[in-house]
Amino acid sequence: MKIFVCIKQVPGVSEVKIDPKTNTLIRSGIPSIINPHDKHAIELGLTIKENHGGEVIAISMGPPQAEQALREALSMGVDKSYLLTDRAFAGADTLATSHTLALAIKKLLKELKKADPYLVICGTQAIDGDTAQVGPELAEELGIPQITYVLNFELKVDRIIVERVFRAEEIIIIETKLPALISVLKEINNPRKPGIKGIVDAYEKKKVVFWNSEDLKADKTEVGLNGSMTEVWKIFIPVRKGEHIKLTGTIDDMTNELVKNLKEDKVI
Amino acid sequence: MWVVAEHYKGIIHKVAYQLLAKGRELADILNVSLTLVILGDKFDALLDEFGEYGADKVIYVKSTLLKDYYSDLYVKTLTELISKRKPEIVLIGATPTGRDFAPRVAKRLNAGLTADCTGLDIEKETGNLMQTRPTFGGNIMATIRTPTSRPQLATVRPGIFKAVTCEKKKIKIIKLEKEYKEKDSVAKIVKIISKEKKKINLEDAEIIVAGGRGVGSKEGFKLIKELAEVLGAEMGGSRVTVELNWLDQDRQVGQTGKTVSPSLYIACGISGAIQHLVGMQNSGIIVAINRDGNAPIFNIAHYGIVGDLHEVIPVLIEKVKKAMLEE
Repeated sequence: MKIFVCIKQVPGVSEVKIDPKTNTLIRSGIPSIINPHDKHAIELGLTIKENHGGEVIAISMGPPQAEQALREALSMGVDKSYLLTDRAFAGADTLATSHTLALAIKKLLKELKKADPYLVICGTQAIDGDTAQVGPELAEELGIPQITYVLNFELKVDRIIVERVFRAEEIIIIETKLPALISVLKEINNPRKPGIKGIVDAYEKKKVVFWNSEDLKADKTEVGLNGSMTEVWKIFIPVRKGEHIKLTGTIDDMTNELVKNLKEDKVI
Repeated sequence: MWVVAEHYKGIIHKVAYQLLAKGRELADILNVSLTLVILGDKFDALLDEFGEYGADKVIYVKSTLLKDYYSDLYVKTLTELISKRKPEIVLIGATPTGRDFAPRVAKRLNAGLTADCTGLDIEKETGNLMQTRPTFGGNIMATIRTPTSRPQLATVRPGIFKAVTCEKKKIKIIKLEKEYKEKDSVAKIVKIISKEKKKINLEDAEIIVAGGRGVGSKEGFKLIKELAEVLGAEMGGSRVTVELNWLDQDRQVGQTGKTVSPSLYIACGISGAIQHLVGMQNSGIIVAINRDGNAPIFNIAHYGIVGDLHEVIPVLIEKVKKAMLEE
């Protein structure tokens, strides 16, 4: 079985600043990491391989430096990796991103015998964009069922049985035939740390294959900015509102004043 | 302008009413009608009610099977409806359910979709939907538009807009019956496991008393709880309090937790990281109690008390009790 894991390289900090002059993101000096959710997707892929056999293939779309993220995936134990990189892919929204990923998976699937089942695993969402859209859009383009927000996973020959969590008070167990796409929650597992051998293999034995728009036979109107239906009109730092009245005096004074104000505001 | 409702155990998710309020506002700018779309069963008696929340029309796809959520049947039904009736704008709650089917619908229609919006507006000259959403953990806001294609789809974060009732009016109801069978869905629901855990509806709370790192310990939350009880409030907390296991996950407010907009939010020992602020900044009145007078929470608080919460709250509890007795 082929297990495709889609990963994204993201800025490794929770706070990204924007340059007020140019209104663009300041990316310099910020380390890049594998999107944390995607590490759980990799871990699940590796676990499935260990228990049932198969091949784990990591795919990422991004700039050439995203090779680093794929090297890390290889060092965790992923068998093969593909970086979809081309200037034409830049500026993609989720629709164009999912299309590019779908082209790569379809190309790889051509190598398969027809009846072979496959599984696509994604992280639920990326910490930078936070859209959670690429997984379902990819499933749609591949024409396979999707199960999102997956907490638990079981493979039974050509079927998967998973726990899907949409709300705190309920778990739904869903069964579907392969091929399928799942997007996983962080609670599903604990991603392994690469060992020395893994790291050495990632650089000496394994490859990151670079594919551009020609390799994917991509129609340039369907990828990157051109293939995107949405556009970023502007980005800005959120304006914080509030009257900022700092109360003064002793604790007694301040709490008196607070309660009086809250009563006047009719909130208590 | 369409709003797609979701439901759970026969109850419509409140984000549908919130989206009707915002949808009404936007529909009036565009001079178009506002339609609520609902896929489910046994909602016949409820449909008129949507008129009170601003809808002009309801499209009710009635199917016994759709009392539960089936991803592929939602996608199929909605895509067919949208292709046939061609709404300009479709608003969907950014719940896990909405975020499961919306991208797939968008892809099938080759339409633009913006995730998890916290602001919606209309660009006057073009009629484009201007969709504002937090990105990069809420540090940055992006306004996104879908300039050339229709429909424009957006998922919208629950708790951002307030539902409003308006004068009752007659609404048009379009009822479509579908005979979906379980075999029509590729993925099967094997079993539904309900968890016993007491359900906390932080989003519905009128008052929230929230604690942060400054509370200091799990023990310390007893004080927060006491203040909450006196006020008839729910208890909430910042991410770190959940990570430290001082508080249950379902009480977390912020980017990775709940988005709340109570009429009163009392932040105790919360410094006000942007990830927390995005989850509560739409609250009516914000009170901050914090030792550090420079904490960012004071920038958005309506009333700030610089002081140790362990000293301030016990006094506050007594004052609130007294104020309540006077009424």
